[in-house]
Amino acid sequence: MIKIKNLHASVEGNEILRGIDLEINAGEVHAIMGPNGSGKSTLANVLAGHEGFEVTEGEVIFEGKKLLDMAPEERARDGVFLAFQYPIEIPGISNATFLKTAINEIRKAHDQEEISAKEFLERTRKYAKLLNMPDNLISRSVNSGFSGGEKKKNEIFQMLMLNPKLALLDETDSGLDIDALKIVSEGVNHFRSKENAVLLVTHYQRLLNYIVPDFVHVLSNGKIIKSGGKELAFELEEKGYDWIKNEELETA
Amino acid sequence: MSDTNKFDQIKDWYVSNFTRFESKLNGQSETFLHDIRKESLTKFKELHFPTIKDEEWKYTNVAPLLKDNFQLPQYLGKTVIDEKFIYNNSFTDFDYDRIVFVNGKYSPEHSIIGELPKGAVISSLESAIKNYPELVREYIGKHTKVDNAFVAMNLTYSTDGLFVYLPKGQMLERPLQVFFVSGSDEDKVLSIPRSLIIAEEGSAAKLIVNYVGTGSNSYFTNTLTEIHTGANSNIDYIKLQDEKKNSFHIDHTFVYQDKGNIFNHYSFAFGAALSRTDVSSVLDNENIECHYYGIYLGTDKQHIDHHTFVDHAKPNCMSNEVYKGILDDQSRGVFNGQIMVRPDAQKTNAYQSNKTILLSDKANIDTKPQLEIFANDVKCSHGATIGKLDQEAYFYIRSRGVEDKIAQSMLIHAFAADVIEAVNIEPMRDQLNHKLFEKLNRVEI
Repeated sequence: MIKIKNLHASVEGNEILRGIDLEINAGEVHAIMGPNGSGKSTLANVLAGHEGFEVTEGEVIFEGKKLLDMAPEERARDGVFLAFQYPIEIPGISNATFLKTAINEIRKAHDQEEISAKEFLERTRKYAKLLNMPDNLISRSVNSGFSGGEKKKNEIFQMLMLNPKLALLDETDSGLDIDALKIVSEGVNHFRSKENAVLLVTHYQRLLNYIVPDFVHVLSNGKIIKSGGKELAFELEEKGYDWIKNEELETA
Repeated sequence: MSDTNKFDQIKDWYVSNFTRFESKLNGQSETFLHDIRKESLTKFKELHFPTIKDEEWKYTNVAPLLKDNFQLPQYLGKTVIDEKFIYNNSFTDFDYDRIVFVNGKYSPEHSIIGELPKGAVISSLESAIKNYPELVREYIGKHTKVDNAFVAMNLTYSTDGLFVYLPKGQMLERPLQVFFVSGSDEDKVLSIPRSLIIAEEGSAAKLIVNYVGTGSNSYFTNTLTEIHTGANSNIDYIKLQDEKKNSFHIDHTFVYQDKGNIFNHYSFAFGAALSRTDVSSVLDNENIECHYYGIYLGTDKQHIDHHTFVDHAKPNCMSNEVYKGILDDQSRGVFNGQIMVRPDAQKTNAYQSNKTILLSDKANIDTKPQLEIFANDVKCSHGATIGKLDQEAYFYIRSRGVEDKIAQSMLIHAFAADVIEAVNIEPMRDQLNHKLFEKLNRVEI
């Protein structure tokens, strides 16, 4: 689905990503773990098209297209979705207006008809219920006055509504209590299918108890320094990030 | 030649019109208003049109407005407007009364005033002077500060305008839509309405005051409004300045607020080449609320200036100002918010906020809060921000598949929303939002 080759990115002249190689296929869940400042969030944001980062080298092929040449909205229309670490409040724009506009923009790009009021309502009800969100969610302004946990749930709600091919979840678990974490995980597990893929960016292993990944990658200083199966996450939890850094040094 | 000299020459021309103007007044030259007029002429002669050397006009150069000689409407043929023009400019989907003025003069054929509560009056000022001379005499000019030549000019040459009287305890059931239509195909016209609104104790009303333009020539609206609010009255004054973009608009509004009064002033400044709105309130008793809201839009080379003055004279009152600007192209905004808290005005709460979004590198805003606090037990705050559209929010919306233009419109909508939602006539909100996007020439959200 997506092939990242030797990706380098910097912000204000500081190189954050120093050559990322990663391939994700449909049906897979990949977790990117790493200490603060390792470049995890940068990777997710670069893939979604954040203009604050400059790609200095490398290539990303998404569904046969050069992703880095596309505007953020074009990427979204082709099926990339980023769940933000810090979701933005948009007062005065209801979730209904926001999501209907987004869904119809995506549909328009694929020469599809606009979503019917009925289908929209059915989907909002279904996903709001799944995520244990209030009934009036859809008429409330986007994230406006939401608690941190509600904002994170709203990201997953948007993901389910837009139904992307590749979901990039940027520290969706941070700031969530255990109940909210379970609900968010349920949302992601509901979303998982043979046709789509998930890239989870997280600092902590605990999310991976609920969303079991197929692959775990450890990012340090802008590079993937170790990849493995889900058991790598447990090892990290037990031994800490220093363990891998030291291992790196020993093999070097 | 300095601006002062140039401006004085133009003023002399306006002053010299008086003899001819007086001869055209007929019956009106016999009323007490004419005595006021002659006093005002004396002041007009003494005062100057402000230059950018005047602190209050530092950022607004009125030279473009003084370049042309605007003719008094009395010298010109009647401007005819059709019903459709008024209807197309009206806010709809609610019941309202309507009073229309064309070039400052009452237009009965376009005015529709239904049954009013007992003793309430909605009429032209000209007929109020005949029918309620004592009432007019008691209030007119009472709180007007004549400190620049534009004010004096209005008081000298105005002959008509809106008159509203609400007796004790009476409430207008329907909002009143007022139209000041200006312009002429014949020449550049000076439209110069003077309005007086008297709300007695416990009365309530909502007014929507529309300034719109017609005709091919540019024109100059120089308008002045006095609002006297009695104890525990409740007045909403919603102004839409939607003048033609080749025209000029100067507005002075003087508000007197009595005990327990709630006054809401809304200024939607969308039109005119150059506009200036001065609104001031004296909070002259306790437990008063004064709310000022504003949205100003600029495209091309529009210049939009708001000056506010909230005068806290007595204790236990609150004032709140929220002004938001959206400036594109080479437009320029000015905001100056003066708050005075006098020594007696303990327990005052006064807030002021001015936020401006610049949609172009060539647009700019000069914003200045001016707080003068002479009481010690008060809460006052002010804040001003100037910036581009929030880039993180812009990315957020686009990352959902929404194209750049629509994402920008969403952010503009979000920015303006709290002011638009503060309008207490619900059907107006969507219509104001629609006008906002139409004026900015952007996709409506």
